[in-house]
Amino acid sequence: MMKPLAITASTLTTALGAGRDATLAALRAQRSGLAPIRFERLPLRTWTGEVDGVDAIVLPGGLDEFDCRNNRLAWLGLQHDGFLDAVAAARDRWGAGRVGVFLGTSTSGLLQTERAYRRRGADGALPADFHYGPTQNTYSLADFVARALQLDGPGWVVSTACSSSAKVFGNAARLIDAGLIDAAVVGGVDSLCLTTLYGFNSLELLSGDICRPWDAARDGLSIGEAAAFALVERDTPSPQGWLLGVGESNDGHHMSTPHPEGAGAIAAMRQALLEAGLQAGDIDYINLHGTATPSNDAAEDRAVAAVFGAAVPCSSTKGATGHTLGAAGGVEALVSMLAIEHGLMPAGLNLVQRDPALQMNYLHENRDAPVRRVLSNSFGFGGSNASLVFGGIA
Amino acid sequence: MSALRVYVQGIGLLGPGLASWQVARAILSGAQPYVATSTVLPPPARLPPAERRRAGAAVKLALAVADEAVAQADIDPATLATVFTSSSGEGTNCHALCETLATPTPMVSPTRFTNSVHNAAAGCWHIAVASRASSTSLCAYDGSFGAGLIEAGSLVHATRAPLLLVASDSPYPEPLNATRPLPDHFGTALLLAPAPDGRTLAELTLSLRSTPGEPDDRDAPALDALRRAIPAARALPLLQALARPRAPRRLVIEAPPRLHVQVDLA
Repeated sequence: MMKPLAITASTLTTALGAGRDATLAALRAQRSGLAPIRFERLPLRTWTGEVDGVDAIVLPGGLDEFDCRNNRLAWLGLQHDGFLDAVAAARDRWGAGRVGVFLGTSTSGLLQTERAYRRRGADGALPADFHYGPTQNTYSLADFVARALQLDGPGWVVSTACSSSAKVFGNAARLIDAGLIDAAVVGGVDSLCLTTLYGFNSLELLSGDICRPWDAARDGLSIGEAAAFALVERDTPSPQGWLLGVGESNDGHHMSTPHPEGAGAIAAMRQALLEAGLQAGDIDYINLHGTATPSNDAAEDRAVAAVFGAAVPCSSTKGATGHTLGAAGGVEALVSMLAIEHGLMPAGLNLVQRDPALQMNYLHENRDAPVRRVLSNSFGFGGSNASLVFGGIA
Repeated sequence: MSALRVYVQGIGLLGPGLASWQVARAILSGAQPYVATSTVLPPPARLPPAERRRAGAAVKLALAVADEAVAQADIDPATLATVFTSSSGEGTNCHALCETLATPTPMVSPTRFTNSVHNAAAGCWHIAVASRASSTSLCAYDGSFGAGLIEAGSLVHATRAPLLLVASDSPYPEPLNATRPLPDHFGTALLLAPAPDGRTLAELTLSLRSTPGEPDDRDAPALDALRRAIPAARALPLLQALARPRAPRRLVIEAPPRLHVQVDLA
């Protein structure tokens, strides 16, 4: 069983808006941030959850070489909910070397490389203004954020596709428990790029319409982009909420298709409950991975029902934000925290005809009810599964 | 507690002039001279035929060193949690995707896209050994090995279960190689356990420090050059110490962003 870990500050920026208030307002209004693709005027028939204003962001002084869409989105995301002040207070309290930075991303600044490949010289070389390390490299995100926040504790990027920014909560919990650090900034940032849009398109996993998790006619995902950050600390007088349990597993089945019975997902959910010292009946709401691909939702439905039974209220919020890939775990962790704080079980949007083959109690309208504990699922390519359990301050 | 103690149960190695841990021990201990030759990647025999055909260099490299480390310990790999750490992942797929995406009508290979994720090697290993144990894939640029060592140590500490750490890097094709030059493939794997047994090769105590170590590779300049040239080869001082048994030693490995991992070897 893990010692509950205090979450002292958090913020998220998605297609729903920048910051927790904008996100909560959109969730309350059951408004989706998805729209037909505008990004780069790509000739793809799909919808995306693009964040407004990323192009206009200027990185802080001295960090110019980190300039790329992903780090601009990270910097935009850090500006809300008093997050910079909360991190500064933690830095003062514990010392810069005792605050870690563990962030998830799948594609980091890869858009910068895609653009550079269109500007290759006659000799094939990439343009001189392309900086591999601070942009394309997977570590770029944690490197940039640690520098921008002036944190010197251990830091790295977890890149396990769509479970990345759920797993980082485990990194922080373990290092704090082992006494190596006292606090950490965790979360994830992923931004739109051609590799993921054309890549999921090549796998026929992109919907041509808005994504419809749990719908009978669901035919794939809508890709979104997001930045989500949480500050976790060894102890605090005023926590926003608690991380109660982390469960991690692997399917060991297939690189891009989930295990049909969700065997790995079941293992992750059970471990998260075990770590939290809770029974299945203690969970009031489940934020599903719910990508709206036919295979994910079917496998996840079976797996969740096997652990919790079919009655527990659940939904996927990807109909609102899109699938933000490496940032999805962080985004949905913070949606789970909002659900607890505000007694709001958010609806799964875009549902036209519920899939009769799926058995879970899937919410198609918001439900206002006390939410004490939430489980959030994140599953990714390579068979990587992570489940998190959060609790309120009461 | 602010130090992590783990026990080395198995070691895998593959790099230029270092054909395996078993072969390279005498070189790393200084008993034989180091002769640089290109790394030869073996076919990933563990993978099912379809995955074997799709496996790129990064997968072959990671699986080769993982296999060697696991073979030395009496353990079922289906039960093992894993930490994979790499600065670059599968560069060949990344290059091919970026080339395609620069054309007016991109035709992306779904296989290349699927295998372009940073956790491709981890996913392949868990498929190959049918393991549902937890797995993570990290990146910390030049500090990737140090990051993996801290993560592996904290996982063994938390779970009290053995774990496989795999650190590997493969070069990008041009033009990316010019922006991130890595001279060759280098991979290493450590099978780490929470308690010693009859097979234990060494005890490691890991802690964080803010100051770098004293350079101690003056007797092996070619290996030191290799250490500097490839992020995964930052493991070489530890491997050199492990190749010289019964000598308690302290060494320091760089960790991200501006930290160092102190390793006390007993």
